[in-house]
Parts: sequence; structure tokens; C-alpha cells
Amino acid sequence: MKQVFKFFGVVGTLVALWIALLLSTELSPAVRLVVPYLPVYALVALGCYGLGMVGYGLMVFPTCPEEAVLLQKDIDEAKAFLKQKGVYVATQ
Amino acid sequence: MGSRLWTGSSETGLAQMAKDSNSKGRLYSILVPTYNERLNIALLCYLLFKTLNDLDVDFEVIVVDDASPDNTQDVVRQLQRVYGEDKILLRPRVAKLGLGTAYVHGLKHASGDYIVIMDADLSHHPKYLPSFIRKQLETDADIVTGTRYLEGGGVHGWDLRRKLTSRGANVLAHTLLWPHVSDLTGSYRLYRKPVLEELVKACVSKGYVFQMEMIVRATRKGYTIAEVPITFVDRVYGTSKLGAQRTCDQVRWTGNSFIASLEKSFFEHGLHWWPVLSLSSHLERGNFF
Repeated sequence: MKQVFKFFGVVGTLVALWIALLLSTELSPAVRLVVPYLPVYALVALGCYGLGMVGYGLMVFPTCPEEAVLLQKDIDEAKAFLKQKGVYVATQ
Repeated sequence: MGSRLWTGSSETGLAQMAKDSNSKGRLYSILVPTYNERLNIALLCYLLFKTLNDLDVDFEVIVVDDASPDNTQDVVRQLQRVYGEDKILLRPRVAKLGLGTAYVHGLKHASGDYIVIMDADLSHHPKYLPSFIRKQLETDADIVTGTRYLEGGGVHGWDLRRKLTSRGANVLAHTLLWPHVSDLTGSYRLYRKPVLEELVKACVSKGYVFQMEMIVRATRKGYTIAEVPITFVDRVYGTSKLGAQRTCDQVRWTGNSFIASLEKSFFEHGLHWWPVLSLSSHLERGNFF
């Protein structure tokens, strides 16, 4: 399915829910006070989610220092082979 | 989507699998665009041949060199004498014409059914090729993409800023585009040739954003994508050609697509990229970094 339909499906459902809440008459006065500002809360929550995900991503960022050592070994091996075969690689 | 589980790889297992699935005679074309990579292309070729000669697969290396001032082509010709001109194909171009067109150019000369795309700067190690091939045989996927962000993968040599921009771009893209691929910006991938040809034709962006656009378009077109973990060691020799520009480009592409989609057809190309537009303008002005 097209991404645009999925995206607007989600957004449309949320907006419909919000309008339903706005129009409903059976809510307690305390809840009614909050309802008009729900989209703002939603945006803030989305922003927090984003920042949280970036922060979490940084916390668990996978590193591999041992790979750098292995690569250096491979490079030395390759250099020895190239020298033996007479491949000239130095910058001219 | 292909399975993301990866269960080690043994070369005997691969040979067995190659036999079982009747994949002998498959030819893998390895496409390597270069620019000023004299030393790296030689090291890469050694590692490629060392890895792949152990396996029972046919392959060819296609080097697309954009008239490097350091005469990378001279090294490639020397390598052809060592490994054979049928194994290493030099397909140079007359000027620095960009990455996207380098793939188009290389594809024209590729005779393999499967194309591997990798960088020449050794940040993509050939030792992972067996797991790409094995994964493709196991899952029969259209694309196998290397990922740094799954178990077994990793990055070495990035500072905090680079990690931050990479994570930020990934979260942004995942929230808005839902690509079902854990590593969008990685460019170490194996494609079925017709799939790559179609994607290359469809893509509009230039430079390194191209890689991201290709994988997102691939998911939209419903191609199956499998992932294998790879490690990425930031380039050891030479200077990087992408730098911090990359994340900005990436975000700009998602923004520009919106404009393009308005111009062309509203529902064809993806209105879903619109929230990135204002963000991208901030990123461009450097407000966040």
C-alpha cells in the first residue's frame, strides 16, 4: 500500500478521535479542559519519542574497535602480497 | 521482508548450499566506483580475491574510475596483470561524473546476474561477501543489504557528532518513511541485476543520498530485502568525500521529494515526506549542529 495512504490513515484516525472527543457532551469538565490541547501534547510526545530514540541509539551505538585491528592486519598482508607481485601503489 | 536472523556462515555450508540450490554458474559482478583510490583499490582487490577464491562462486570486479588525478587506473591495470583481465574489468570515465551515473555505467558492462555494490575505501570489508551470498541463497531475496545496527554489526572511527547525525537521520527517516530496513545509509549491498537496473533508473537524487533513496524505493516497489550485519571501519587511507554533508543531503532529499511530488502527481511519489521540509531547512542553516 502506498505510504501516503498509511500515513494519512494514522493521522486521519487520530484527528477523527480528537474531533469525536471535542464534540462529545458526556465528558467531565476537567477532561473537557484538556481535550482542545491534545494535538499539542501529541506533538510534544512525538518530539520526546524522537529525542529519546536518538538518545537510546547513541547509548547502545554498536562499536567494533577490534575490527580496526583486524583490518590493519589484512592491510599489512595485502601490502606484502602486492610488493611481492610488483604492484606499484604509491601515489605518483 | 526477509528474515533478519543471521546464523553465522561457514564456507563449507555455503558451498553445499550453492550445490543444493543449483546456483553454480551464477556470476557475481562487484561494482566499485573509485576516485583517487590507488592504494585502496589494490588492497581491496587482494582481499576480494582472497575471500572469493576460497568459495565456489564466479565473480568479476568492475572498477569505474572517474579519471582520478592520482592515476588509479594505472594500479588497476597492474592488478589486471596479476589477476587477469577477465576478472578485473576497468571501465573508466572521462571526468568526475558522480556516484549514481557510475552505477549506470558499471551496470552496462556487468555480465553477472547479481551485482554487489561496495565502496573502495575498505570501510566495506570483502570478508562479509560470503554472508551476503549465503543470505541471498537462503532467502532468495531481491536485495541483501549490510546493516551496522543489528547484532554483529558495528562502526569504528566515528566521533560523537557523526554518531549523533547518523542516529538522528535514521530516527527521522524511520518515523516518517517506515522503510523496514535497519540501516538506510549503508551502501554495501547485493542486488539482482534487473532490480538494480530498475532502481537506478527510478532514482532522482545525487551523491550518497542515492543509496537511501534506492532502498526506500525498493521497499515501496515490494522487493524482498534481507539484511546481514556488517562492521564499518571508517576509511584508513585517503580523505572522505562525503563528510558531514551527508546527513544534510539526506534530509534535503526527503524534503525535495515533497516538492517533486506536488509537481508531478500528488499521490504517486509520496506526500508523506512533507514534515521533513521545515526540519531540513533548519538543518541546512546548521541550527541543530
